[in-house]
Amino acid sequence: MSPRYERPVIVRHALGGADKFGAANAVRPMRDFEGVSIAELVAAHGSPLFLFSERLLRQRVRELRSQLSRRFDDFVVAWSYKTNYLGAICEVMHQEGSWAEVVSGMELEKALGAGVPGARILFNGPAKSAGDLEVAFRTGVHVHVDHLDELEFAERVAERLGLRPQVGLRVHIGDLPVQQWDRFGFTLDNGSADQAVRRLLRRGVLELTALHCHIGTFVLDPAAYRHEARALARFLRRLEREHGVRIDSLDLGGGFASHNTLHQQYLPGEELTPSLGQYVEQLADGLDEGLEGAPPPRIVLETGRAMVDDAAILVATVLANKRLADGRRGVVLDAGVNILPTAWWYRHDVFPAQEPRGLAEPTVFFGPLCMNIDVVREALMFAPLEAGERVVIGHVGAYNVTQWMQFITLRPNVVLVSERGEHAVIRRAETVATLLQQEEVPPWLRR
Amino acid sequence: MSSDSSRLRQLAVSESGFVFDPLTGHTFTVNAAGLAVLAGLKAGLDVDAIAVGLGASFEVEGGEDVRRDVDDFVLRLREHGLVK
Ligand SMILES: Cc1ncc(COP(=O)(O)O)c(C=O)c1O
Repeated sequence: MSPRYERPVIVRHALGGADKFGAANAVRPMRDFEGVSIAELVAAHGSPLFLFSERLLRQRVRELRSQLSRRFDDFVVAWSYKTNYLGAICEVMHQEGSWAEVVSGMELEKALGAGVPGARILFNGPAKSAGDLEVAFRTGVHVHVDHLDELEFAERVAERLGLRPQVGLRVHIGDLPVQQWDRFGFTLDNGSADQAVRRLLRRGVLELTALHCHIGTFVLDPAAYRHEARALARFLRRLEREHGVRIDSLDLGGGFASHNTLHQQYLPGEELTPSLGQYVEQLADGLDEGLEGAPPPRIVLETGRAMVDDAAILVATVLANKRLADGRRGVVLDAGVNILPTAWWYRHDVFPAQEPRGLAEPTVFFGPLCMNIDVVREALMFAPLEAGERVVIGHVGAYNVTQWMQFITLRPNVVLVSERGEHAVIRRAETVATLLQQEEVPPWLRR
Repeated sequence: MSSDSSRLRQLAVSESGFVFDPLTGHTFTVNAAGLAVLAGLKAGLDVDAIAVGLGASFEVEGGEDVRRDVDDFVLRLREHGLVK
């Protein structure tokens, strides 16, 4: 019998090993997820399909807690809701002892609605309404004040309620080896943090008990946390010295990197991303340096991405192959940046979901949108794919199912797979009926 | 489409699909079908004849457009400077 036909392909060898196509990791197929066959999961739940591993989620939180417990007696891990606020994901996080970190009235309502006690909720963000603050103060939520106007709103709300809530201040530290997030909080270096403290103490309506800082996201240099912790600890001591204020909680925010690879990054995330232990070491060292023997406050982290990103994959189906003007092969998938906005940040790993056949060649993966920007993955060495075959996109757990958009298509099922291989939909796929439910046609247009 | 096979004849092509271009020092890999197309081009066959040959030596399932694939492949060769 003659060999099976496969399109003629020629591939030029690049110099050196790891090139921008990431040739090394492109070939291993991923046929199952948590011991369940991907074909079976797609047959049950459709394509595209987000799959979350309960085991990996729990494992990451436990790893972070175990690293923290080596250096701290009193610490809190808070689940950054915006990273992924599906109820089932939050439930896993809360079962693992995580508090909730919310940044909007909607997230606050979601956390309270899920039964998280206010005392285990941290409320950040630059846009808290008077209504949000009222709910927060009534339920004992920890509010981190972002700016002076908000300080004033918070005082007014507290006065109206006749309460004296404990609050934190978000501060911003200049001079860190990361891209600056200076839009948020009171700047330490120019005195505006001091000004806010003085004002808060003078009015005496709120009680200052916490400091908060979030230095950025996907921070690849763990030393940034050493600087952050040291600066916060020094500020804490100065507040004690100068104002007699006792700060009992230091919240260092989120920002640890997942094992994804940024577009501008040369080495793959699997090699470059620091371990959770490395981050914790650095921040604990910085804290020691800043405290100089003073008793340590409670340490809070709001780690998002690094907890959930690596615990999920997106399965997509090949719709078509096309040849691009520059000679590369284009593969059109049923999943695009509409449901995978992180493709704008990352060079996501893409694996075949079946045994690859034939010679790999430079391939670009597109989504189904009629837009130039709908590129799921640029430049990857990939074996031929037939329409109907599947690919797996890795590390998709963070921010996608909160930032996705419903454009042209409908958002697909999101499924959680348990350690025992059970699988259940945790967010149902949308239908046209879902959309129509939100719409109205005004009476004068009705026929 | 006929292509200038003199350039192709300079290439060192191994049976396993390893291709060396002595003019540029570039190396390539081709798959079995690509190897067959290279051989056809070297022998001066046109694209139609090569496509028929491929159909005979490989098991082609319905739906695959071999002729289009060969055109496509020749285009790649041109981009790599292996045919004019
Ligand atoms: C205040 C705050 N905390 C925590 C996070 C979570 O960050 P990450 O997902 O990078 O850990 C964010 C995200 O930007 C944030 O703004």
